[in-house]
Amino acid sequence: MGNYLFSAENISKSFPGVKALDKVSLHVEKGKVHALMGENGAGKSTLMKIVMGMVPYDEGTLIYKGAPVRFLSVHDAIKSGFAMIHQELLPFPELTVAENIFMGREPGGILPGFISKKKLNEDARQLLKSLKLSVKETRLMKELSVAEMQMVEIAKAISNNTDIIIMDEPTSAISGREVTILFEVIRELTAKGIAVIYISHKMDEIFQIADTITVMRDGKHITTLPAKELNDEKLIQLIVGRELSSIFDKKNNMPGETLLEVKNLSGEKFSDISFVVKKGEVLGIAGLMGAGRTEIAETIYGLRRPAGGAVYIRNKRIHKPSPSVSIKNGIGLISEDRKRTGLVLTASVRHNITMASLEKWSGFLLDKRKEQKVSREQVQKFGIKTPSAEQTVNNLSGGNQQKIVLSKVLLNDPEIIIFDEPTRGIDIGAKTEIYKMITALAEQGKAIIMISSELPEVLGLSDRILVIRNGRISKELAAGEATQEIIMQYAMI
Amino acid sequence: MKSVSNIFSRYGILLSLIFICIVLSFTTPNFFSAQNLLIVLRQVSINGILAIGVTFVIIAGGIDLSLGSVLALTGVVAASFAHPDTYPLVVPLILALLTGVVIGAINGLTITLGRVAPFIVTLGMMTIARGLALVFSNGRPVTNLSPSFNYIGGGNFLGIPVPIVLFMLVIIITIIILSNTRIGRYIYAVGGNEMAAKASGIRVNRVKLFAYIVCSMLAALAGIILASRITTGQPNAGVAYELDAIAAVVIGGTSLLGGKGSITGTVIGVLIIGVINNGLDLQNVSSYYQQIIKGVIIVGAALLDRKSNR
Repeated sequence: MGNYLFSAENISKSFPGVKALDKVSLHVEKGKVHALMGENGAGKSTLMKIVMGMVPYDEGTLIYKGAPVRFLSVHDAIKSGFAMIHQELLPFPELTVAENIFMGREPGGILPGFISKKKLNEDARQLLKSLKLSVKETRLMKELSVAEMQMVEIAKAISNNTDIIIMDEPTSAISGREVTILFEVIRELTAKGIAVIYISHKMDEIFQIADTITVMRDGKHITTLPAKELNDEKLIQLIVGRELSSIFDKKNNMPGETLLEVKNLSGEKFSDISFVVKKGEVLGIAGLMGAGRTEIAETIYGLRRPAGGAVYIRNKRIHKPSPSVSIKNGIGLISEDRKRTGLVLTASVRHNITMASLEKWSGFLLDKRKEQKVSREQVQKFGIKTPSAEQTVNNLSGGNQQKIVLSKVLLNDPEIIIFDEPTRGIDIGAKTEIYKMITALAEQGKAIIMISSELPEVLGLSDRILVIRNGRISKELAAGEATQEIIMQYAMI
Repeated sequence: MKSVSNIFSRYGILLSLIFICIVLSFTTPNFFSAQNLLIVLRQVSINGILAIGVTFVIIAGGIDLSLGSVLALTGVVAASFAHPDTYPLVVPLILALLTGVVIGAINGLTITLGRVAPFIVTLGMMTIARGLALVFSNGRPVTNLSPSFNYIGGGNFLGIPVPIVLFMLVIIITIIILSNTRIGRYIYAVGGNEMAAKASGIRVNRVKLFAYIVCSMLAALAGIILASRITTGQPNAGVAYELDAIAAVVIGGTSLLGGKGSITGTVIGVLIIGVINNGLDLQNVSSYYQQIIKGVIIVGAALLDRKSNR
């Protein structure tokens, strides 16, 4: 066991239908930066949520300072000396830096229930100074930059006598100089003996800051090595490292005429995107989460406004893109977040399935008998497991919900179909069925855009692959020349 | 046990209504008679029509606080064109309904295109419409109305008071719209998840606009009925009526979060409030206490709804 500050031993966790973690172990040393790496869905977040007491685990032990611990709530974990800096910060924007740092633990005044503002500010100033931070404690939180807010979060963690700080992609919203400052602060922390668990996708950062690197894949622990023994290439190989499984039944498609063309499209989080998709072709779009892929898809579909550029369908420019126009022009979007843009959770399976196509087969008055027949057929065709078509979709599993979204979109018989992370959060069985559907649709002559963070999926299904990094196309690859390592290189570095 | 709670969650409010009626039948003389039943129905028809209108808006995920003022304004408008021997009856009716449509459209457009919260927009409209009613009538009740106009609120059709007939018609038409038409389905979709509705090609703004127009138009109908019933266009009429209407909707199981609810539920909610008011009236309970009891029922109904939906 050695003298680890904190160990997770053989942690397992299952969600309905998915084994999220399979006997994963992690050993963290005092005063060291331990990087946790892996693809999206590898299980890093789940492991960290377990450590922080946000999610219960099925098996295994957590050992902290030599004794087994089990945190029942985040409050427990924080009290014991853990802190997590989330990717999305949740500050109180209208309060000052000092008030944010000591939220819930304000120093008392003379009368009970009152706060001593003087002591509050004084304590905050000392704390910020000890971290060599130049944020003024009386500023309002909302006036700070994202990087400064992160610093305040870190200061808050320190003020709690924290021993371990977990940072979940802390650099996803900050840039160059701010990253340098963050790293300086991290070095201050480790000098004080605090351990940092650092989750990131960015290779260069990892090698700058990490002492030890643990790689996870598919919910399993792959390896833990000192950072000096690794390099870019080796690390990428460890992260992706799996064989293409036989679940992909890829045919060589013969692309026909161009159905969709995107010219110099710009918008929120992306710019200058140009590509074409042809009849009978699967165009894969790879890239890290947050690279702008979803924004590109939703802009093409008309859910977001473009800042510039144009979309052409069958060589005809779409002037005012909106979802209803897109549907009329034969585009379908299976969106990334089914709860946000895919489903009406309070409505029944039937209502959801027919929602997008009512105008196609029903007049002003609904033909309910026909609707019932259609929805029953769809439930069968897509193998949606539900007691009846009248069931509220809220109660169904992720895989079944995704099939409902698919069935809804395909009822309109679109020619161009955009799949945005179509297999996120669903089990391998449902995944395989969705892969088969995508392949079949391409064979029927549909033009398909397939966005995914799961590289085997992109490689197994696509005829061509666009790699997106920071909102721009960093490389276009033909199916033959692409490997997971090459894609990762263009996505990350 | 599960099936019992299932039945309760589905038919709970209907069972409550029946239960209340049974208790009142035994404890209150004169409650259970055809005559009293007609009285109750006539009393609730105005709140009923308002509540049905606001049900549309609430299912679509919005709220309308301007109903009471719209009722007053449209009542004044109708009355002003309903003096004897001036215009034919259709003129005041059409003008009042049109006023309702215009106000609903302004509410809807400000909410959708202006992207202002429905609460704020309709709160503003509440004051604006009230002010318009006072301006239009110079602050004085509009009296001396034609007999044909007064028939709407006071007359009988086949032995049934006209307000009840209109209430029934509104119930039937709105049930058909909400459960058997495309626009009705879209109202549920927009209230349930606006983003998903938009991504499904539903023109969300039009759907919301429709809901607000229906709501104000029904408020105008209620305004006509009230003016005719009291034979006066009263600019101060209908203060806080919107709250009674929303209360009925909530008692009827419609979620204030949108996406869920029904006209049947609202009508039952309206009847529960009406029957209890009537019973307490017959028992000579002071109207002060009646208010307290009504408040308790509203919160109680919401509590029950939370429990059965868990």
